[in-house]
Amino acid sequence: MALLEAIGLTKRFGSLVAVDDVSLVVQPGEAYGLVGPDGAGKTTVMRLLVGALSLDAGSVAILGQDLARHPEQARSSVGYLPQRFSLYHDLTVGENLAFFGSVRGIDRKTLTGRAAELLAFVGLTGFENRLAGVLSGGMKQKLGLACALVHRPSLLLLDEPTSGVDPITRQDFWQLIIRLLGDGAGVVVSTPYMDEAIRCSILGFMAAGRILTTGAPRSLLAPLAGRVLELRAEPRALAHQLCQADPDVEDVAQFGELLHLRLRGAAVFSGLQDGQATQLRLSSALAAGGVQVLGLRAIAPSLEDVFIATLQATALEARHE
Amino acid sequence: MSELAVQVDRLTKRFGDFTAVDGISFEVRPGEVVGYLGPNGSGKTTTIRMLLGLLRPTAGRAEVLGFDVERQAEAIRPLVGYMSQKFALYDELTMAENLEFYAGIYGVPKGERRGRQQAVMDLVGLNGLGDARAGQMSGGWRQRLALAIALVHRPQLLFLDEPTSGVDPVARRIFWNTIDKLADDGATVFVSTHYMDEAEYCGRLGIMNGGRLLALDTPAALKRDTLPGPTWNLIVDRLIPALDALESLPGVFQVGLRGDHLHAITLAGEHSQHTLQSSLEGMGFSVEVESTDPTLEDVFMALAGDKAPSLD
Repeated sequence: MALLEAIGLTKRFGSLVAVDDVSLVVQPGEAYGLVGPDGAGKTTVMRLLVGALSLDAGSVAILGQDLARHPEQARSSVGYLPQRFSLYHDLTVGENLAFFGSVRGIDRKTLTGRAAELLAFVGLTGFENRLAGVLSGGMKQKLGLACALVHRPSLLLLDEPTSGVDPITRQDFWQLIIRLLGDGAGVVVSTPYMDEAIRCSILGFMAAGRILTTGAPRSLLAPLAGRVLELRAEPRALAHQLCQADPDVEDVAQFGELLHLRLRGAAVFSGLQDGQATQLRLSSALAAGGVQVLGLRAIAPSLEDVFIATLQATALEARHE
Repeated sequence: MSELAVQVDRLTKRFGDFTAVDGISFEVRPGEVVGYLGPNGSGKTTTIRMLLGLLRPTAGRAEVLGFDVERQAEAIRPLVGYMSQKFALYDELTMAENLEFYAGIYGVPKGERRGRQQAVMDLVGLNGLGDARAGQMSGGWRQRLALAIALVHRPQLLFLDEPTSGVDPVARRIFWNTIDKLADDGATVFVSTHYMDEAEYCGRLGIMNGGRLLALDTPAALKRDTLPGPTWNLIVDRLIPALDALESLPGVFQVGLRGDHLHAITLAGEHSQHTLQSSLEGMGFSVEVESTDPTLEDVFMALAGDKAPSLD
């Protein structure tokens, strides 16, 4: 049975359609990444999944329990870490856990053992008597996670869990999530960052309330394989212009001293399979235009490349309609 | 005036026993886009505040646009622009009124204001949107207006603090194209961020941790020079057990989950595609190993992670 089956979620605020026919399914051991900019509707989806907002259309089932019909049972399997998670700063680490445990209806005796286990899991053993308010950002976030896990949920909803957190703390946090996934939990993570998204097993790219495309990271990246080139050239501005005008080039972006070119799908497949022919042609076209090519090679596409290509294709479709 | 936009020599700031910035030195040439990548508390903001003349260094010195930050701070401030992640816009005012308001604050002479405002609205691509209320605009548009505001007094040096956090990737690309245009025209840009997505766009990138500048180079050179060895993608059937197995192999520096596969850094000369493949197969995994390009996250973890060479 799927941990989470959300079908056709729709939420309107007045005339604004904040979430528009969004569906997502999470199996045990999976991390689903809801990826998109601020305002795309990610947080609204999270709130619909946890039942904090009511649906205008669609349905949410958690371990087969319909959230609208059996809210208590459905919610008992869900842990939710909102974007601005409020710990009680004037309570200790242990007292915060006890509080969230009692909210979840866990008796004192069970809680004592579980608190020790959870603090060990997130690496806060020995900090039980420390006031939450004096913890570092990374430690607060780990305590937040421990509080969200206090009733042993099978589904964990994390709304931008590592916003404002450095790469090392982020790595630590994900190591914890990986352990939970290994134990058969499922996770939904919302994030605007591709370097966070890449850790998820399935991604849904969201914009303007809709999921534009969905899939495992590698299957989303596959159509762009061989189509992203890195160009080092002088003068750069002229190279940029020439590439933008080239019929085989779909998109040009500047990264410091380098240009990234995205080739049209047909450009690769009309030539040699690896795009070598297109590279050679492009190289000589640039040279003929007065550009000195210092380096041109195919690089691995990034999720950002995929998202941009998807957004541009969607905009193009909208124009044709 | 000095040839350099920023020149920093053994700059240090201590707060009591805490060393926030620890003897950093670097130079920035006019027209460069330089990023500062580091966690909160690594000293990024303290450095910027010293460069703006808002904080007195404990030791060392710094010159910004040829002026000493301790003795000539007043001369620096009119020449710099600042855009923070949490930029303040007046939601009730139109886009044009917001800009007009800040032009006044920055002391743009009345006679020049109209032309100057038009020029920055053109530059950031907000032409024709002057009459829209700021409160009704989405993140990407608000961020362009914030950039226009930071530019309205024609600064020579621009400080950007996580300028594109939370905006969509297309808007982010447009933003950086504008920044590159400014840099091509001679403005110097200094970006602080803790997001790799943003750091990739910088011409040179400094890695900050614990008050120290661990490295400063182009993203390409950092990826080439700072890792302890090659990077790999491993497509494997059971992810979590494979991650544990890989972590316990000698010669493996670090392993992380990348969605549907694993990403590993190994020590130089310790592993090949073949040894990784056969080690994991020997433990009963079905695996496919690919050599891959390092990422900036790899660079950061190699320089500042818990397995990084100790600083002392």
